[in-house]
Amino acid sequence: MSKNDILLDIKNLKIEGFSDEKWHPIVKGVDLTLRRGQIMGLIGESGAGKSTLGLAAMGYTQPGCRITSGEIMFDGVDLAKLSEGKKREYWGNRITYVAQSAAASFNPAHRLIDQTTASTIRFGIKPETEAKADAVTLYDALNLPNPNMIGNRYPHQVSGGQLQRVMTAMAMSPRPDLIVFDEPTTALDVTTQVEVLTAMRKVVEEFNTAAIYITHDLAVVAQMADFIKVLRHGNEVEEAPTRDMLSAPKEDYTKSLWSVRALEKDPIKEQAPILEIKNIDASYSKVKVLNDVNISVPRGSTVAVVGESGSGKSTTARVITGLLPPMTGSIEFDGSTLPNKLEDRTKEQKRRIQMIYQMADTAMNPRQTVREIIGRPLEFYLGLSGAAREKRVVELLKMIELDERFIDRLPSELSGGQKQRICIARALAAEPDFIICDEVTSALDQIVQEGILKLLMRLQKELNLTYLFITHDISTVKAISDQVVVMNLGQVVEQGKKDDVFSPPHPEYTELLLSSVPEMDPDWLTNLNKVRQAS
Amino acid sequence: MHPIVATVIQRLFLGIATLFVVSIIIFSSIEMLPGDFGQAVLGQAATEETVAAFRKELGLDKPAYIRYFDWVAGVIQGDLGTSFSGRAASGVDRSRPVAELIAPRLWNTLFLAGMTAIIAVPLALFLGITAALYRNTYYDKIVSASTLTTISFPEFFVAYILILLLTALWPVFPSLANIDVSTPLGERIYRSALPALTLTLVIVAHMMRMTRAAIINLLANPYIQMARLSGATQREVILKHALPNAWAPIATVIAFNLAYLVVGVVVVEVVFVYPGVGQLMVDSVTSRDIPVVQACALIFAITYIFLNLLADIIGIITNPRLLHPK
Repeated sequence: MSKNDILLDIKNLKIEGFSDEKWHPIVKGVDLTLRRGQIMGLIGESGAGKSTLGLAAMGYTQPGCRITSGEIMFDGVDLAKLSEGKKREYWGNRITYVAQSAAASFNPAHRLIDQTTASTIRFGIKPETEAKADAVTLYDALNLPNPNMIGNRYPHQVSGGQLQRVMTAMAMSPRPDLIVFDEPTTALDVTTQVEVLTAMRKVVEEFNTAAIYITHDLAVVAQMADFIKVLRHGNEVEEAPTRDMLSAPKEDYTKSLWSVRALEKDPIKEQAPILEIKNIDASYSKVKVLNDVNISVPRGSTVAVVGESGSGKSTTARVITGLLPPMTGSIEFDGSTLPNKLEDRTKEQKRRIQMIYQMADTAMNPRQTVREIIGRPLEFYLGLSGAAREKRVVELLKMIELDERFIDRLPSELSGGQKQRICIARALAAEPDFIICDEVTSALDQIVQEGILKLLMRLQKELNLTYLFITHDISTVKAISDQVVVMNLGQVVEQGKKDDVFSPPHPEYTELLLSSVPEMDPDWLTNLNKVRQAS
Repeated sequence: MHPIVATVIQRLFLGIATLFVVSIIIFSSIEMLPGDFGQAVLGQAATEETVAAFRKELGLDKPAYIRYFDWVAGVIQGDLGTSFSGRAASGVDRSRPVAELIAPRLWNTLFLAGMTAIIAVPLALFLGITAALYRNTYYDKIVSASTLTTISFPEFFVAYILILLLTALWPVFPSLANIDVSTPLGERIYRSALPALTLTLVIVAHMMRMTRAAIINLLANPYIQMARLSGATQREVILKHALPNAWAPIATVIAFNLAYLVVGVVVVEVVFVYPGVGQLMVDSVTSRDIPVVQACALIFAITYIFLNLLADIIGIITNPRLLHPK
């Protein structure tokens, strides 16, 4: 077998999924050719069929899905025609899989080294002692700390970034011909993502393994893939070598995939602060999570709070809303001091500060209609009822660009973007001055994200709203904020105007955070690692 | 100290606290029963004075809270009190200590419960695991349907059907399970076979269904898909990947059913004339023999609390998050 043999050749593949009592097409006739040692990036929004296609490359379909036609030729054998038992001889042997959430994809009951080596031992590729020694070598190659010992730990005992690398070691252990990476870094912080990407690229190159890399992030795939295929609604939009795709995407749809990065906010007139939190210390039971936090938010502006998980961003929001009373420090709102505890605040004080959450799904009662969800704050804060309430709900729906047909729907009958819009309407119903947006777009696709961000900006202009926008996504920050607060380990690293924060010189942590955000440049990761190694 | 030891000690204290609350509930519910032992023994014809004198002798004239503390103080020192029965208004006292009365009955009950558990628990686990393994096959459907059928019939009905089949039509086992202290072990097992079989049929369905559900519930987890994509067979997926994570809910259901075997089998005892605690308690309630009723209720409460504690401990030691903290 020479190096450039075709390893995987998918022809006119069609896959259907069963829902609402019907079979719906998910993948509608896609071709895919992969040679040995090549890495193919599959990108698209959720529902594009990229994960389904990636799994189909293994001959696997999710429960409730079926392959209706087409062939999946893997090294001369059509996986689509094999029985489950025959396909099993390929899985974990010649084709392996790296899942999105390593935390959920490792069995909590077994030690990491046993899970890493399970299929290698099962297929008799290596005897147990050899497989385990090899796993330690792989852990080392993937820059895991303490490679000799980490395998003895259970999944819950190591961090998400480390687990993702252990899973890569698990995928590499049988020395497969093909690895399917299914959004392997989506759940990670940017600084962790850089480490994981570097490690994954290193081993894939070292063993000349072919790979399919599924993601919705073009900048990430640019670092990994030799060429990229864009999918939409189960069809191929275009396929091109990575460099060509980035410098000159042909299709409008491909261009729209990085539209959020192109969003710009007009500069606003500086106003006096509406909210100032001063010297805030806060803790969960005995663990101190906020340390002398000072943030000032000018009226009518958007202040973005960025940082990794565990930096104290969301805790800051809980302190402002009164859900977590701080140990020391004060919260000044519109010229007066707010009581620290929620129950000590007046209804009027509560009304003026509202919150929108990351998971619109869980932030709404699934048994209530849109009318009840939006109507409740109208009744509670403003005392509206009957026809007046109904009229106001319709007005609010118009403000969030949904028509009044939605008034009788349940959350389950709404799309992700529509759900988040309803949550925005619910916050607006209280007629607040100040809204805390906690990662409101991180669960959404790029294009839906753009719609929500545009809506928030328009509402801000019309209603002179003030936003505290909590996010870990730097491109969102660039798009919508006036001021930026960088947080790390419960402390404010810096606060300033967007342009000042984003232009050098940076404090050390801001530098690390900003430099870790993937850029649309295939050489970005290589260059970054060179720079970091040099310093 | 290992966090597990700490948790177990904490649960143990919680159990003791629960027991205290239960003792209050037991005592006050018995207080609420109409009539008392004095009236029950002396009958309608007795004069107010005789009843009052008899009550005084039994200590029933003291205020309720004093009687409660007397009782609790006694129990803590291992004294369950003296039975009322055997006493008569005439002053003749043939009463026996409660402990002496309950001990052989309790031993019988535990023997029957243990015998049933030895048959039912492995059977339920085997059926539950195989039903999950061959989910939606005819095997699964037949197992589910037949266990559900046996649980749907009242216990006495199952008991009589078994008597009809295994005593009348094919005489294999005796229909009367009258055993006493002197019965040798082999004979004991032989005579207890029918009650044990009846109880097995009654409790297997619940445990089997929960085992199956607990395993199937886990099959939607990403790590199960991951196991499949690593080439694991269905058997491996169930036994190695799902079952180790399913022990906590399974243990809870088993504990619940074992507790039922101790506290809830009076109907079966009556049908087979099996001398267990259940019958003793019912008899004592009828005759208002309060010390015995209280002692039985307390033993039942201890059984529940102990078995649930055991299930909790199994839940903890099979959960690596708790067994191997960060």
